Amino acid sequence: MRLGLMALPLAFFALFFAYPVIAIVGRGLKDGGQWRLGRLGTVLSDPDVLHVLWFTVWQAAASTALTLLIALPGAYVFARFDFPGKQLLRAVVMVPFVLPTVVVGSAFLALVGRGGLLDDLWGMRLDTSVWAILLAHVFFNYAVVVRTVGGLWGQLDPRQEEAARVLGAGRFAAWRRVTLPALGPAVAAAALMVFLFTFTSFGIVQILGGPTFSTLEVEIYRQTADFLDLPTAAVLTLFQFAAVLGLLALHAWTVRRRESTLRLVDASTTARRPRGHGQWALLWGTLAVIAVLLVVPLLVLVERSFAGPDGYGGIFYTTLSSAGSADSTFVVAPLDALWNSLTYGAAATVIALVVGGLAAAALTLSHSGLRPDGQSPRADRLVRGFDALLMLPLGVSAVTVGFGFLITLDAPPLDLRSSWWLVPLAQALVGVPFVVRTMLPVLRAVDGRLREAAAVLGASPWRVWREVDLPMVRRALLIAAGFAFAVSLGEFGATVFIARPDRPTLPVAVARLLGRAGGLNYGQAMALSTILMVVCAGALLALERIRIDQSGEF
Amino acid sequence: MSVAADTTTRQLLRLGGVTVRFGKPGVRPALDAVDLEVAAQEIVCVLGPSGSGKSTLLRVVAGLQPADEGRVLLEGRDQAGVPTHRRGVGLMFQDHQLFPQRDVAGNVAFGLRMRGASRADQERTVTELLDLVGLPGAQRRAIASLSGGEQQRVALARALAPQPRLLMLDEPLGQLDRGLRERLVAELRRLFRELGTTVLAVTHDQGEAFALADRVVVMQDGRIAQTGTPLEVWQRPATEFVARFLGFDNVVEATVQGDVAVTPWGKVPVPDGTTDGPCRLLVRPAGVRLTSAREGLPCTVAARTFRGTHVALLLQPAAGPQLEAACALQNAPETGEEVGIAFAAQDVVILDATAG
Repeated sequence: MRLGLMALPLAFFALFFAYPVIAIVGRGLKDGGQWRLGRLGTVLSDPDVLHVLWFTVWQAAASTALTLLIALPGAYVFARFDFPGKQLLRAVVMVPFVLPTVVVGSAFLALVGRGGLLDDLWGMRLDTSVWAILLAHVFFNYAVVVRTVGGLWGQLDPRQEEAARVLGAGRFAAWRRVTLPALGPAVAAAALMVFLFTFTSFGIVQILGGPTFSTLEVEIYRQTADFLDLPTAAVLTLFQFAAVLGLLALHAWTVRRRESTLRLVDASTTARRPRGHGQWALLWGTLAVIAVLLVVPLLVLVERSFAGPDGYGGIFYTTLSSAGSADSTFVVAPLDALWNSLTYGAAATVIALVVGGLAAAALTLSHSGLRPDGQSPRADRLVRGFDALLMLPLGVSAVTVGFGFLITLDAPPLDLRSSWWLVPLAQALVGVPFVVRTMLPVLRAVDGRLREAAAVLGASPWRVWREVDLPMVRRALLIAAGFAFAVSLGEFGATVFIARPDRPTLPVAVARLLGRAGGLNYGQAMALSTILMVVCAGALLALERIRIDQSGEF
Repeated sequence: MSVAADTTTRQLLRLGGVTVRFGKPGVRPALDAVDLEVAAQEIVCVLGPSGSGKSTLLRVVAGLQPADEGRVLLEGRDQAGVPTHRRGVGLMFQDHQLFPQRDVAGNVAFGLRMRGASRADQERTVTELLDLVGLPGAQRRAIASLSGGEQQRVALARALAPQPRLLMLDEPLGQLDRGLRERLVAELRRLFRELGTTVLAVTHDQGEAFALADRVVVMQDGRIAQTGTPLEVWQRPATEFVARFLGFDNVVEATVQGDVAVTPWGKVPVPDGTTDGPCRLLVRPAGVRLTSAREGLPCTVAARTFRGTHVALLLQPAAGPQLEAACALQNAPETGEEVGIAFAAQDVVILDATAG
């Protein structure tokens, strides 16, 4: 039964993930049918490559530390304080996370880049410094920390701390001895997620890094696309893969720690209005941080998209719908990219839902096994391995996947090079982890004895699923669909390789526009980014309305 | 209940040597070679502390838990390989497990829908059952709006609706408060009599078991320690375990010689026909009679607890372990007072020395 459910996801991953990635790595490391593992050493001792490695780790660590520093107070505010507009603010905080990296890059470019807001005001430019990248990463990952840590924090029973206070612990001692240990695993998990996202950062560094700063992922792209140096790209891909595997293993470990028995209560009962100067200051400070760090870049992006050469107006928007000015980079009108993105995104969402839904169902089945002591250790390991496998696309270089698609899916019976489905398939790969992570907690939360109750009343296994599981996961399914859609819309690393020149997606079109000189291109990039932001934010706000619990991981 | 009785009544459920192991071989099994028979229209209550294997027993019968050894027969047919949904048994879960997204009628009609009953039949049965359990007109109510007692009634109606040949109840009244529980036990017993339902219930509450059951089965560590009518079990606990589980703690080492037993409390009269030799001996609190301090065994009252109908006394004799006694409110001594006690033979029970 479980194997049957696993079959489709496994086939999907084997064909559209493992095969292309292995093929391209193999091509890089093989020469005339011989493995050249010596290349590993050659590439990894190249000072330029070492520099990239060092920068990748350094910026990921710095981004993670900075994000935790800025977002942890925010997590506390969202968990413990009640204030008007909290729900709306929670949604606003989430917007950057679903924004395509390309949009985030453009927004920060509009804020701190050449001709950006800070440049206009004080002649200050940060796009040549690493700060632009770090701040963009904080912008992007603020929600990860607030959601993961704040979600748990809000559900921790405040009476635990009160119990410690009654037993003689001071306010800080109670927090340190009771709350902090309970939060520890969640903080670790959030930190790992942020590190993972920033370690594999592509779009942001590509746009803000200039020639100076380059992460592994950007370097893989450069080696592959610009220099056609497959061996170096293959080694870098392997290295990144190994690092990501390690991070994911750590993450799985912290998640398991996090599932340890904590006293959880309804989050809505633990929040109250701030009391005293300190708490009000914390609340206002958090609001200020959110305004400056999260809202201002988005507003500047919108502002720039309207700031035409002759004052404010919709010129950048109107020109989007025409294909051919002299310096246009497009054979089609940039606005067509919107339609391309939407249809690709919809198809990718369907694929991700089917594959991810089946995978989540398979993982749940194993959980509700008949024996209370669980399966045999071997089956248990198999399931955990399957779980980890589903997370891999988050960490494997999207550039590698995209290029792998090009070189492997080009021969019958699977010649998809010119197929429309190539792009949605690649985008679905990134959507699946989100679908699984959203569905799994909900499916696992369905009390196994409800299923048993239905079975005793005469429902066959299929009826049990339809009558008990489906009604409960319907909302989660919608949320998963929203995430998959937003992620597909924003996918850049793989799509940039495989989208055909006459069918660019929005992020690809934005990147192309930004790659060209000229005020019109810049303005159009801002306009397209704004459109993309509105679509993503719209999808997210629709989700927030149907979102029920904060226990998911995203 | 003797084997002979089974030949006269129709046998509905039979477990033969059912064993379930959760851990590795060598660890004590959750069910250890359990044999149990339930006749048609009989109400059997399995009584035991938590961890004694009661719930596992029900899950094996329902097919939710495969047995490692042994057989389950329903109406003489071996149920090995028959999936849960084809066994035609009902199970009322400990915490009801009502479907939260359906209303009351949706829950009660669930089993009928699974059997493809017509809509009209469903509605008629739901109405009948809701009347029966005392919730007339509750069809459209949401599960979340029901109190604990109401949920319990809906769960019962849901389990009864498909007319299972065997109804199993797991701690049916466990989460309800005392008053409601006592009322519902009486109601349930009347209801099962009326409907002629065969019932296998498990509980850790002896009051519930004695009030509900025709026959009580006491379980200990996955094995059956004693079977009998409520009266038999109460009056003649078979082992020290059963005695202590029922709350009788006056158990001592004894040696029977003729019509008395020599114990640390002195000589205690035993019922007629007791065989001589060493044994474990129980004196039920009602069999500890208070006399004046000069007669009988001298004791100091160590504690007294008011129990509503009587007063429970904890007595410290000059020699031997502490004793529990029950006496009427009017002449209950104060803590610290000196009293004398004598033993009544009809409340002395010789326990099976092999178990417990």
